[in-house]
Amino acid sequence: MKNISKRYVGVQALDRVDFEVAYGEIHCLVGENGSGKSTLIKIISGAVQPDPGGIIEIDGERFHDYHSIDAIRKGIEVIYQDLSLFPNLSVAENIALSEILAAGDRFVNWHAVHEIARRAMARIGVRLPLDELVGEISIADQQLVAICRALTRDVRLVIMDEPTASLTRREVEALFNVVRDLQSKGIATLFVSHKLNEVFQIAERVTVLRDGRNIGCFPARELNDRKLTELMTGKQLEYSRYVPTKLPEQPLFEVQSLSLRGNFRDITFQLRAGEILGITGLLGSGRTELALALFGVNPAQSGEIRIDGRPVRIRSVQDAMRLGIGYVPENRLIQGLVSQQPVSRNIVLTILERLVNRLGIIDHHAMRNTVKHWIDQLSIRVPSPEAPVQTLSGGNQQRVVLAKWIATQPRVLILDGPTIGIDVAAKSAIHDIIRDLARRGLGIIMISDEMPEVYHNCNRVLVMHKGRIIAEFDTARASEDDIQQCINQLS
Amino acid sequence: MRRLWRYQETYVALVIIVLSCAITLLNPNFLTLENLFDLLKSYTFLGILSIGVLFVLISGGIDISFTAVATVAVYTTMYFTLQHGGNTATVLFMSATIGAALGFINAVVIHFFNIPSIITTIATLNIYYGLLTVFSGGTWLYNMPEWFRHFAETNVISLVNPDRVPYGLSVIPLIWFVVIVAAWVILRYTMLGRGIYALGGNLASAQRTGFNILALHLFVYSFMGLLAGIAGVVEVMLAQRVATNSMVGKELDVIAAVVLGGASLTGGVGTLWGTLLGVALVGIIGNGLTLMRISSYWYNVFIGLVIIVSVGVSAYRRKMQRRRKISVEVE
Repeated sequence: MKNISKRYVGVQALDRVDFEVAYGEIHCLVGENGSGKSTLIKIISGAVQPDPGGIIEIDGERFHDYHSIDAIRKGIEVIYQDLSLFPNLSVAENIALSEILAAGDRFVNWHAVHEIARRAMARIGVRLPLDELVGEISIADQQLVAICRALTRDVRLVIMDEPTASLTRREVEALFNVVRDLQSKGIATLFVSHKLNEVFQIAERVTVLRDGRNIGCFPARELNDRKLTELMTGKQLEYSRYVPTKLPEQPLFEVQSLSLRGNFRDITFQLRAGEILGITGLLGSGRTELALALFGVNPAQSGEIRIDGRPVRIRSVQDAMRLGIGYVPENRLIQGLVSQQPVSRNIVLTILERLVNRLGIIDHHAMRNTVKHWIDQLSIRVPSPEAPVQTLSGGNQQRVVLAKWIATQPRVLILDGPTIGIDVAAKSAIHDIIRDLARRGLGIIMISDEMPEVYHNCNRVLVMHKGRIIAEFDTARASEDDIQQCINQLS
Repeated sequence: MRRLWRYQETYVALVIIVLSCAITLLNPNFLTLENLFDLLKSYTFLGILSIGVLFVLISGGIDISFTAVATVAVYTTMYFTLQHGGNTATVLFMSATIGAALGFINAVVIHFFNIPSIITTIATLNIYYGLLTVFSGGTWLYNMPEWFRHFAETNVISLVNPDRVPYGLSVIPLIWFVVIVAAWVILRYTMLGRGIYALGGNLASAQRTGFNILALHLFVYSFMGLLAGIAGVVEVMLAQRVATNSMVGKELDVIAAVVLGGASLTGGVGTLWGTLLGVALVGIIGNGLTLMRISSYWYNVFIGLVIIVSVGVSAYRRKMQRRRKISVEVE
């Protein structure tokens, strides 16, 4: 496609973009949020028409009026980020439904449904329980269902929109094998992602979009993390490791042989003020469960927690908050924010009792000042403090969650996946905020499975596996690869 | 076998078996063919409506207005028939058509104005029922035609009980039976039926997959209206009069039976089998209390308890399962 532009009311989503995918190629499309990736995908899939002047050619055939039906006829299938599956229907039906609907059949032949599903699964060599409800299987398997569904037709280009967002590393590997397998069958894949390490792992060519313009198309071999980041953001980002200034002798927060059956066992570590302690490991290693215990959501059964050397009991979230522990959950939208409510109320949610006057009524003047203070402090970009949180970008939402917890003036802050789903520039801004908090004397525990994030921002890293701490690294001495290797050996 | 315990239906079936045994022990008349035939006849009205509600719930909506639709449909039909004549077929056809038309209006409002179905149908319940009250002045219709009475009293199977009293299976449950078969075919073997499930499971995906959402909405609510029209005729057949106020107010009984049968109020989930069990359970409780000579005032208390127990058990199981899923394998 050439010279593709798309202007929405007031926004130039795409500006004279040229873009091409070769037969059987694995092509990555990268760019920050708002760079025009999704608009481009919508145009390729025919869901949206480009502004006049745009040229779309498939197999050398030029389309003047290009719609979804043309894309489908030419064998282009999109797997959206939400997968568009039906949780209440079986795996087989999810795979076969669109095919049967497209065939115009009015009746359902259940043998045919299973046959279609089996054939699609055979194409990528996976086996899924056909009669299981899709809502009952793992996200990774759901992804495979979505891919199988795309394969029921004679597909030649599969577009995957952020397919790895909720997969574990091993599941990502499995997905990549499927993509390579598709390639061996001559099927091209357009991979939309902003996880850079994955881009290098899978792509042959990488097209970078920034502010609706095509920055260029590069062979993946010629790029590295830093260069790609620069291309995406247009800025030179520096990657520095976090080095704490001299740490106090006395640990701020100590955990001794903490256990909770079915969650984690015999966890012992110390955290000093000013430290950023990383906890990493595969999904299901017990990291999040540990965090929930430290924050009093599912309290531990045995073991000891000490703050400033004094034993404390954390039996509930209220206990944890009183002791100065803050927790930013993994899924900020579900657990961390009231998304329909304005930014202001979300920020003050945790500190309401400090804003009430003697009569127990909220002091609105104090509230406005507090909100303004945090919006400035964390440079949250909002049209107004009264804008609902759900209208903000991922990075700004994450800042709101951070503000909400920093406002409680915690001494220990637990961050679970602090930058999941946030693009590169916003990520490093969040990292700067976190480092700054540590420098001001907070003890921070950062849980993440993004190795560069953990490595660069933490001065110590714990690796968890099957509920236990199995390794500890000092990032001043160990390299990123050392930690990665330790994790790769787990299975 | 273990899969069975996942389904709400299994628990309802168990409750039915246990209750039936208990009632039979206290009054052996319960487990007789005569009582069963009687039950089928009296619960045809609830049974037909419940199937309509099942469709609406699966699609992710809800309908409150169907009792008003039933009343308006059958009242208009019998008013017309008493003046101009007709036969059983024309009565059923006319009432079903009026019902479907009123359901169609519901669908149009829900789809085009994007008003939540519960609000739309609460509004239309009031409009439909209010208009009927205005135009009828609340007058009941009596003196049903002879052929109408005759049809309602027809038995397809005639037997005599040990006391030499004749009894039989009325023709009325056959109407229910036809509806059940039609619903089963639609839900299981047509793209229309699968589309209703898809719509209730994930609206956005259903759109992307290429289902015609408008058509699905129109069908679901019109079908509900059509069944309400038929159920209205059934009610009049049993009572041999048209009352303006005998049906409105029973909406929640019907919805309760369907929910008891495992249909989800959030859409996408529900089976015909489960709905039949739900209706059966409601019927058995009502009948059992009568046979055990317990005051009918206790009926509502029992229904409420049964809903909490049977829905609660399966919901609790799911909750425990989910909890087990997220835990970590600790070595």
